[in-house]
Amino acid sequence: MRTIINKIIEKFNRNEARLMDILLDVQAEFGLISGDAVTLIAEGLNISSVDVQQTISFYHFFSQKSRGKYTIYLNDSAVAYMMGRADIARTFEEECKCKFGSVTEDGQIGLFNTACIGMNDQEPAAIINGIVFPKLTESCVKDIVNGMKEGKSVPEMMGELGDGENSNKLLNSMVNNNIMKTGSVLFSDYKNGTAINKLVTMTPKEVIGEVKASHIRGLGGAGFPTGMKWDFCSMAEGDERFVLCNADEGEPGTFKDRVILTELPNLIFEGMTIAAYAIGAKEGILYLRQEYHYMKAYLESVLDKLREENYLGKDIAGKIGFNFDIRIQFGAGAYVCGEESALIESCEGKRGEPRNRPPFPVQKGYLQKPTVINNVETLCSVVKIIENGGEWFSMMGTKETAGTKLLSISGDCKYPGVYEVEWGIRIRDMLEMVGGEEAYAVQVSGPSGICISKKDFKRTICFEDLPSGGSIIIIGKERNLIKDIVCNFMDFFIDESCGSCVPCRSLPLILKNKLQKLLDGNGVMSDLTDLENWSKNMKAANRCGLGQTAANPILSTLKNFREDYEALIKNKEKDFDTGFNLDAAVAASCEAVGRNPQI
Amino acid sequence: MSEKIKFTIDGKECIAKKGQYILEAALENGIYIPFLCNMKGVKPAGSCRLCNVKINGRNMTACTTPVAAGMEVESEIPELQELRLSIIEMLFVEGNHFCPSCEKSGNCELQALAYKFQMLVPRFPYEFPIKEVDASSPKLYIDRNRCIKCKRCIRNIKDENGKSYFAFYKRAHDVEICLDKELAATMSDELAQKAMDTCPVGAILRKEKGFDQPIGTRKFDKQAIGTDIISVVENINMEVKE
Repeated sequence: MRTIINKIIEKFNRNEARLMDILLDVQAEFGLISGDAVTLIAEGLNISSVDVQQTISFYHFFSQKSRGKYTIYLNDSAVAYMMGRADIARTFEEECKCKFGSVTEDGQIGLFNTACIGMNDQEPAAIINGIVFPKLTESCVKDIVNGMKEGKSVPEMMGELGDGENSNKLLNSMVNNNIMKTGSVLFSDYKNGTAINKLVTMTPKEVIGEVKASHIRGLGGAGFPTGMKWDFCSMAEGDERFVLCNADEGEPGTFKDRVILTELPNLIFEGMTIAAYAIGAKEGILYLRQEYHYMKAYLESVLDKLREENYLGKDIAGKIGFNFDIRIQFGAGAYVCGEESALIESCEGKRGEPRNRPPFPVQKGYLQKPTVINNVETLCSVVKIIENGGEWFSMMGTKETAGTKLLSISGDCKYPGVYEVEWGIRIRDMLEMVGGEEAYAVQVSGPSGICISKKDFKRTICFEDLPSGGSIIIIGKERNLIKDIVCNFMDFFIDESCGSCVPCRSLPLILKNKLQKLLDGNGVMSDLTDLENWSKNMKAANRCGLGQTAANPILSTLKNFREDYEALIKNKEKDFDTGFNLDAAVAASCEAVGRNPQI
Repeated sequence: MSEKIKFTIDGKECIAKKGQYILEAALENGIYIPFLCNMKGVKPAGSCRLCNVKINGRNMTACTTPVAAGMEVESEIPELQELRLSIIEMLFVEGNHFCPSCEKSGNCELQALAYKFQMLVPRFPYEFPIKEVDASSPKLYIDRNRCIKCKRCIRNIKDENGKSYFAFYKRAHDVEICLDKELAATMSDELAQKAMDTCPVGAILRKEKGFDQPIGTRKFDKQAIGTDIISVVENINMEVKE
């Protein structure tokens, strides 16, 4: 073990900042990161053991105990439940004779829940030893578990491969793209390298000018003007600069980056190269979520090809002195790492805790150097902006939101998938497009976004009205909005907080318990006021976007579906807490003393 | 002398060194902004969120935001005081705080803040979590019932090579502090005392030592938290060259 671990540490030059990679390699080699491994890593990096453990224990896919020869991570997003997740989970438990969150007695199969894996268009889905199994049925679960009992390898159990590049032998994936609508930016015809060849004829200032002229705003959700971000970074003091691409799409319900990574990886890398040229960076990092680990070999091959074609490496496209290269950094399961400063921390091998601002990443980012972080989709759009000019791009969309947007649409609709639309599309038109006219509610921009009712279906998707990072979840009449959706989203935030800010660590659970009280029929009207007031504190008090939006599922449904809440309160006149159960409260002491109170 | 700038807190004129954080500058100007995770000489964390102030209508933590010239900071306004009280209440319900039996009573900053904010019964239901006490190291014991996860110990207690004695473990609601067993085995009495003094509550305590000072005569028994702050700015008009 010592030899193997030392070799891994050497591979990353005993660099503490590469702790994530070291841990990922150790976990891949041994199936767990044991106490002995922690000691060896700490020794090798000359840090304390608790510093290694703090990173391990932060990420959901790292484990200090064995999670079985076969490890099954079943998605528990709200849409997975809509698509029959409960039956699939039950079948897994029955077939394995083991509960979720544990490993079978013989140590062979581990069953674990996991947050949205970016497959909402093909749920229920699971990741088994890194391989995605979409559209699970009870019979295929039985086949999988039988295969495991026979000792088959996971690839042997695979079914039909997916469409497009998914069947490329390096991807070898059963995932389907479900590209339902292509638009005029991302999915327009493009010859690889065109933008880079044009780029090297421009000055960095001209590049930034073109991006500014396009009026493109960050497509990850926050909507910060990209040209301005690059400008700030290029002006910040620093001897080195970095370009980071955020491919951590963890917002439940989004899967558009999955499709871009599969079908248009060249655009991502070209976009990063353009950003590097504009700000003067030599190194780039694609931060990719662990859930998409199956793309590793494929994406590495795309990078290799770009190096061969001189679109990466030294003197790119013949431009003397333009040197830039990209490495892929995998995450290990943490939604909060989609927050840009948490992503940087993670790239540096630390816990994914968002940083305080100022300073901003453009001033002090990766390794405290000026850093540009853009979303996958933003960087891809930039390629087309350089190809066709900023003005071309700015003509599309709305007044304040130029261009197109990829929507990941899932839930109760006929045609879930990825749609490239111009900004400004009406919710009603979108529902018609996807066969979701019967919607009871629409969750715009995932759990951190807002939940709207019919009265808002006339509204439009754009930054001046309903902003969206791309996740659209359609909720049908048959759903219990509070139980099936709001509670699921709150559970998600309870698990995914980094735990640093007091309100974000503490309040989501308190709020969820309050919802449960209402669902149990013990609510009173003042509970609704409490829910509202306490939720507002989340927005006011927390450091990062996760904490500030974590109560949005409650706030937006209280606003738009108040009648659903009021219907849970049986007696609206009562103003005292009806939730106290005396029998339950004294049960433990009754058991301890062996007698029951005479009530 | 470093460059001085003027700013205001709740309308009161203050001066700060350029680049200084608001909280630090406020204290030097004799103004108390409540906090728990901040500590003089230690890199601010901005995690307890108590020092939230309003700048241009936006909430920012005073411990991590540098003062800018002409900045107008709002601090003691009802909205923020209410937010601070609710955070103190959250800390009480997420842990198990039994002040009468705690060695830190009277020297505890959380207890002192609860008094200052006149907290009676928290608005949130108590969680009564089950927490482990770690007494495995020779010099210290860690009572996680009382830990408020402020990270002061993580940031302040290092060995001569910069290695951390303390670190966070797990995340979200389950986050807890842990002490490095190997390093703790050779911890000096001085460092153990420093660790205990760093902790604002009674989560890090020295072994074989306690109740040196009787309850009733301790720091916050005599004086409410934040009332002992004295301005070190001598003459506000003299120091700033207009």
